[in-house]
Parts: sequence; structure tokens; C-alpha cells
Amino acid sequence: MTTEIKSNVVILFAGDSGDGIQLTGSQFTNTAALYGNDISTFPNFPAEIRAPQGTIAGVSGFQLHFGSVEIFTAGDACDVLVVMNAAALKANLKQLKPGGIIIANTDGFDAKNLKLAKYPDGVNPLKDNSLEKYKVYEIDVTKITRTALEGSGLGTKEMDRSKNMFVLGYIYWMYNRSLDNSIEFLKEQFKKRPELLDANIKVLKAGFNYGDTVETPMNRYEVKPAPVVKGTYRSIMGNQAAALGLIAATEKAGLTLFYGTYPITPASDILHELSKHKNFGVKTFQAEDEIAAITSAIGASFGGALGITASSGPGIALKGEAIGLALMLELPLVIVNIQRGGPSTGLPTKTEQADLMQAIYGRNGEAPVPVVSASTPSDCFEMAFEACRLAIEFMTPVFFLSDGYIANGSEPWKFPTAADLPELKVSFAKNNLKEGEKFLPYKRNEKLAREWAIPGTKGLEHRVGGIEKENETGNISYDPDNHEFMVKIRQEKVDNIANYIPLQTIDNGNEKGKLLILGWGSTYGSIKTAVREAIAEGHDVSHAHVKYMNPLPKNLGEIIKNFDKVMIPEINNGQLIKIIRDKFLVDAKGLNKIKGMPFTSAEIKDKIAEMLNS
Amino acid sequence: MSRIKSPLERGRGVYGDYSILKQVQTVMPELGLKREEIVFISGIGCSSRFPYYMETFGMHSIHGRATAIASGLKATRPELSVWIVTGDGDALSIGGNHLIHLLRRNFDVNVLMFNNEIYGLTKGQYSPTSPLGKVAKSTPMGSVDHPFNPLALCLGADSTFVARAMDRDPVHLREVLKRANAHKGTSMVEIYQNCNVFNDGAFEVFTEKGTKKLNTLFVEQGKPLLFGENGNKGIKLDGFKPVVIDMADASANDLWIHDEKDQVKANILVRFFDNATTEGALPRPFGVFYQEDRFSYEKAFNMQIQEAIAQKGKGDLDSLIRGKNTWTI
Repeated sequence: MTTEIKSNVVILFAGDSGDGIQLTGSQFTNTAALYGNDISTFPNFPAEIRAPQGTIAGVSGFQLHFGSVEIFTAGDACDVLVVMNAAALKANLKQLKPGGIIIANTDGFDAKNLKLAKYPDGVNPLKDNSLEKYKVYEIDVTKITRTALEGSGLGTKEMDRSKNMFVLGYIYWMYNRSLDNSIEFLKEQFKKRPELLDANIKVLKAGFNYGDTVETPMNRYEVKPAPVVKGTYRSIMGNQAAALGLIAATEKAGLTLFYGTYPITPASDILHELSKHKNFGVKTFQAEDEIAAITSAIGASFGGALGITASSGPGIALKGEAIGLALMLELPLVIVNIQRGGPSTGLPTKTEQADLMQAIYGRNGEAPVPVVSASTPSDCFEMAFEACRLAIEFMTPVFFLSDGYIANGSEPWKFPTAADLPELKVSFAKNNLKEGEKFLPYKRNEKLAREWAIPGTKGLEHRVGGIEKENETGNISYDPDNHEFMVKIRQEKVDNIANYIPLQTIDNGNEKGKLLILGWGSTYGSIKTAVREAIAEGHDVSHAHVKYMNPLPKNLGEIIKNFDKVMIPEINNGQLIKIIRDKFLVDAKGLNKIKGMPFTSAEIKDKIAEMLNS
Repeated sequence: MSRIKSPLERGRGVYGDYSILKQVQTVMPELGLKREEIVFISGIGCSSRFPYYMETFGMHSIHGRATAIASGLKATRPELSVWIVTGDGDALSIGGNHLIHLLRRNFDVNVLMFNNEIYGLTKGQYSPTSPLGKVAKSTPMGSVDHPFNPLALCLGADSTFVARAMDRDPVHLREVLKRANAHKGTSMVEIYQNCNVFNDGAFEVFTEKGTKKLNTLFVEQGKPLLFGENGNKGIKLDGFKPVVIDMADASANDLWIHDEKDQVKANILVRFFDNATTEGALPRPFGVFYQEDRFSYEKAFNMQIQEAIAQKGKGDLDSLIRGKNTWTI
């Protein structure tokens, strides 16, 4: 037995959706992060809560990429594939690198499971040499788990539920990791069920010991801590980061956070997270539908809270009219869209970036709304905070875009302290009216924002509404010139936000050159990895990643003009590219993937090579 | 106000809306509320210009959503007096979902639903309360939609306060408005309102002198159900079946005594929904049919915040951001 040093490793845990795959993956992630590895994860769930057991539709996956080097994606292909049954192997084998390791639970390869996975009669991939080019470790996890729990008094069903702990223990052995963090986790998890706590710890240890005792020679690997920036880190998932960003912003602004929402995949975890933090005064309201979710948030904003609503594409479509109302009322509102595969119900559990146009343009009338997007799980914190800042500062609804990939993905986060965060100033309108003077609810400041005059302020009683209003007075007006003026000023207000957001920077590469890769959202990690490698190989390529989608940063046009070619990779059929071509009249080229999956860095690298050679 | 003539003032004659507006304006100063703490929220429709005529805070929002907007406002500002002004189309058609959820949650707000049994602002299509067979712009052969019985729907959604009034009886309307304001929970007030342009006379059998007494029943807490000329008719319960009796042949002891705390009886009362022209029709009741004291949503909602603070202490942003597991490099 030898210990081999590795700079980075990709493990894909796959099994039936009831096999505890997500838990196994997240436990390994936390342990690796605590050890100091850089890490990125990608959970891949089946769409159905309980798809038929043993089938390919029911396979749940958790891919994690950890290393002693900087890690930006969950990895293109995996080094280790852990499969709990035949369907998991069939669904994921193409993800495994040649020469990669397969750890197979043999119990999941019985006749029944092989049939459910649709292997032809009599074919067992573990037995027919079809896996020759891989290293296959067959372990009867079920049997060993049951043996370990003999005399525990648990039934077989309960015993089998700890199978994932065996796998976790075994992988810990393989990568020389301590069990302590997971044991602590189990203690918390099974506080009230000591018999299950004992069982899980026993099986976890059995998995670890199996590595030492098994007769077949198996390698162990070492992945040293990564040389990341010094500081204190935690692991964070995108939706969790978004929730914390929203709380942080409202705390900094001294506002009540009102979160009106209707459950939808993949946005619901933000609701779950926020609802745990009522001691921050956070008010989560699970509305009867998407429309009530946003309109209740508008009501809260009218009253002086920060109204926030969240959904995914189908729900955002339902909120459209109310978004228009919020922009007519000129009240702060944050609309969170955790994008998923569309259109219609589409691919609820898969990722896509196809709602950019919907966010920027998807309303009746001339209805400009600022839009920001997050690039990585931890960036969700910063950009959710920014969405709140813009909403409050400019009295406008603001979109915050994330997607299923970063929402459920996680990474280490060198988190800020509360003191590091910018203060958000809110001053509700005060009654400074002179005798006989009327309050003008639509009078604007230098940012073109109106005042936030909330109920309870004596003398500032006023009416707002969705009908076109007269400049300054806010009275209903059907005057043609006034309407044109108001449409233009609402547009100007949003355009003017470009003066209050950071300039676009080049993430990687030169400021001028042959090829610019212009990305947005969750493609960040794949583009970063690809561009980094291409630069290292001597290519003239740069990467800029847009986070402010509307208005775009003021200098973006200048940056684009400094490159001979521009390539825009998107997980959609080409949306940012249309905006860039429209605004800057540049012949940008797209790289589009619409498979509900993130780009691999290889896909982007290939396109870089193609564009540099053409 | 805007220079546009409102549908309340415009056109011929006096709209029912205008009469209701007058009564609301009259009652408001008597309620002991501060003007700046009153908010009127409306949706879309003839009823919904209402906030513009009240010199309070107000929002003329979008179709059907006033109830949901008011929910968010009340959840965050429980001290405000929130009034929702809506119509039969706004509340029962496009906004039907929000209405029932508002009622079951029991936010402490007041709903004034102007029912004119027609779509007025879109110029005369039938509404969800139009009677079967209604000939309107969109139904030249008569409507085939079975109408809603709005208050039965509200009781079905566990409404804690259900009342009916009419535009043409201002004294009664003012009393009902005061009761609605006093109720701590969602007060649902249906107000029959004549649209003299698109559905003139829809309720005239209940509002006109010649027919009103015979066809209407004004209920009062603890009083027997009497109606007709000089109360010559009464209602008694035969099992669960309401029966009209002639007071010449009956004693007051036989009559149904109104008890607005009795949900079973309230359910029967709101089901008095006969077409007045049919033989032996039950009169249409007005007044407060049901009142129940139940915890309001915003009270429970905000108590949870206090409980969370009591249990965990006031949130500390740094420890929230840090989370439970950190590591230092």
C-alpha cells in the first residue's frame, strides 16, 4: 500500500435518491474544507422526490472537486466514481476519467437492480470486463454494514440507512481524513436517537477500518491544503449566501426584511434559511401563490420594510405585472430569480441562464429594472447585498439572478465581518412642509429617486398607483407629453445607476488582446479555469465577468473594443450576446450549452482554441 | 386629485360608489383613528379609484391584488388601520385566491367589497356574481355561469366577520362600517351597489321603497328575525330549514333569534340567496351575520419574532455570517 500525492481530485458520489448521497457529499466537503483544501461542489438531484428506486431517473449525484491548488469548478470529469447501484454506474460512467477508480456497492448490482438500470439480460458490468480501463473496487456495503450492526437491535431497514456512512468512512480512509467532523455532525443530527447515533458512528468507523484490513491492495492519497489567501473561512452554498446577504443588507440599513415567497425549486432553500433567523426580525411569509408573494412584498415596502420576493422562472413570469407596479410606485423591492431549465416547467432541478432577457425586458410597457447577477456560491452574498443597496438607494425593484448550479453548489468563503460591509443609509421622508405647501411624492433627488414616505408620517398622506402619474405630484395623468416624460425619466433613473456601480474589471489576462471571453453568472468557474490554462499555454486570451447586467458597467464598451474578438459562453441559447451586440455593435460569438449542466472548462478551452485559430 | 373626472362622479345620476364614499368619509373621523395611520388599498375596477378620494395614505394597485398587498403591509405595520376597497370582479374573479387566503389568515383589516353584479370599468360584461342567464355585452344569449354567493364563500374560508350592507341605506351602512372597524380580524363587508350605467336596478327590489320591506331582512344581535310591513313576517328554523311565517299566526317565541357568534346559523343566513321574484322567496339579509374572535395573523406572526429573540437573543450579524464551522489558514 502506498500513499500518492495528488494536487486535486474529483469524486462523484452517486446512488439512489434515498441512499443519502447528498449528505455523504456534503460531509466530505466540510471535512475537506476544514482541512484547508480549496473545494467546489455540484449536487445533481433527480427531478422527482422519489423516482422509482433503482432506476436511472432516480439517481442522485454529488460531485466535489478538492485540491491543494485553487479550485474554481466542480470538475469536468471525475477521478473517483462511487456507485451505490447499477443505475448510478450507468448514468455516470461517462463522467469518469480513463483509469479512474470505481467503488461499487455489489449489493446494488443484483439481478433486480441490473434490470431496473436497463442492462440487457445476463449482463453485469462488474463481471463482463467492460470496466477494464478503470480500477474497480467491489465492496458489499450492505453486507458489511449489517455485520457491523449485528446485535444493535436495529431492523434491517434501519441498518441499511447507514450504508452511506460506510462509504464516507472508506473515502475518509482513502484520503487520510479525520472522522471527527462527521462524528460531531452525527452527534448533533441524532441528539434524540442515541441508538442511531451509535449505529452511524459504528458504520462510519467500519468504512474507515475496511481500508486498513481489506486484503486487496488499495492506494491511499494525500491532497495537501491549498495555498489560499490567509484568513478565516467557512463553507457556503449559494442560496445560503443569498439569504445571509439579504439579512446583512437589511441589518445594515436598519430595515425589516419581509420575504414574501411561494415554494419553488431551486429557490426554496432561501426561504428555509431565512425562516431560521426570525431573531433578526426577519419576516418570512409563505404566500398562497407567486403573485401574492410579490404583492405582499410590495405592501411591506410601502409600509417601510424592505420587501423581497424570490422564485424561479415560472414564478417570475407570474410576478411580471406586479414588478411593473413596483416600478411605477417607485418603491424598493428585490426580486430573486434562482434560474432553472425552462421554458414552462422545464427542468426544475437543472441549471440554466435563460431568464436574463426575462429579467431585463420581460414586462409590459417600457419597464426598466436594474439587474445584478452572482458568479459563484459566495458571490451570492455580495450581489444579494448589492441588489438591496440599489433597491433602497434608487427606490426601484431590482433583480438578483442566480441559478441552480451556484444555488446548490458550495465553496469555501473568506467571509467578511459585519463592520467590513458598507452602511446602507435609509431616511424616510419627514414632514418639512411649510404652511399650505403640498407634499410631492414623485419629487426626485440627484439620483432621480423619489422619497420613501411611509404611512404614519403626519402630513405626508398621499396616494400611489399603477396608473401613469403626473411628474412630482403623482396625481393620475393621461397627458401625452407627461407620459413620454415619465417613461424617459424612469429609464434615465435606471441608466443613471451606472454611475453608482463598480467599473468592469478584467478577471484574468491582458487589458487588450486577441480574444475576450465575456461571461456572466455561474459560468465563472469554468471560464476562469479554461482561460487560466489557455494563458499558461501562451495564448492571448482574457476573461471579464459581468455582474451588473442592467445597467451594464460604463466602461464595458471600452473593454470590448480593446479586443479583436469577443466570445460569450452562456448556459442558454444566446441572451447576453444579443444585449452586447445591441449595445456595442460588436460581432461577438456565442458558445451555448443548453443541457441543464454547467460548462466543463474543456468545452470553453476548445472554443478558445477554435476562435484563436480562425 | 387628478383632473380626470372619476367614474364616481362622471356620467348621469349618482353612482352607488359615490354614496358609499360619502358614508366612509363620514364614518372615518368618528373612529378615533389618526389620519396618517389609515391606509386604503384598492385593486382595479370602478370601486378601486376610491383611495384617491380619501386624504389618507393609499394605493391604487393592480387587479385583484389589494388583499395580498394589504397582507404584506399589515404583517409589517400591524398598528395601521388598513382598508381594502374591491369589487365583485376584483375580489372574486381575478383576486379570488387572495381573498380566501386573507380570510383564513385573519389579518386585522377591513374589506369593503362593492358588489354591482357587473363589470363596469370594462363596460358591461357579466361578473362572477351576475345571476344565471344574465344578458350582458359578452353574453348576448345569457350567462351560463352559476354565480358565487360571496358571503357563503367567505364563511367557507373561515372568515371571522361577515356582513352585508347596501349603498342606498346610508345609516345602516355606517353602522356596519363601524362594526367592521371594531372587529379585530378580517372584516368582510359586502356592499350592494347599483351601477346605473351597466346594471341599473340590479338590487332595486332590496333598495326601493315599494319592495324593500318585503324582500329584506335586517338582522340585529339577540333580536328575532322579523321583516315585512311593521315586522309582520318572521323566520323560524324548522330543523336546519328556514321558514317564513306570518306573525299573525305565530308567537315571537317561535322565531329565530339572531346570534352572530353561531357559525352554523350564519351559514344558513348567508344562504338566503333566493331570487326575490320566486314564490315564497326568503328575504335577503343585511347586517352582521357572523363575528368570531380569533387570533390575527399579524399578531402570531410578530409574536414568533419576539419568541425567537427571547430564545436566541437578538440576532448578531457577525455570528450569522461566521456560521458554526470555520477554519483559519
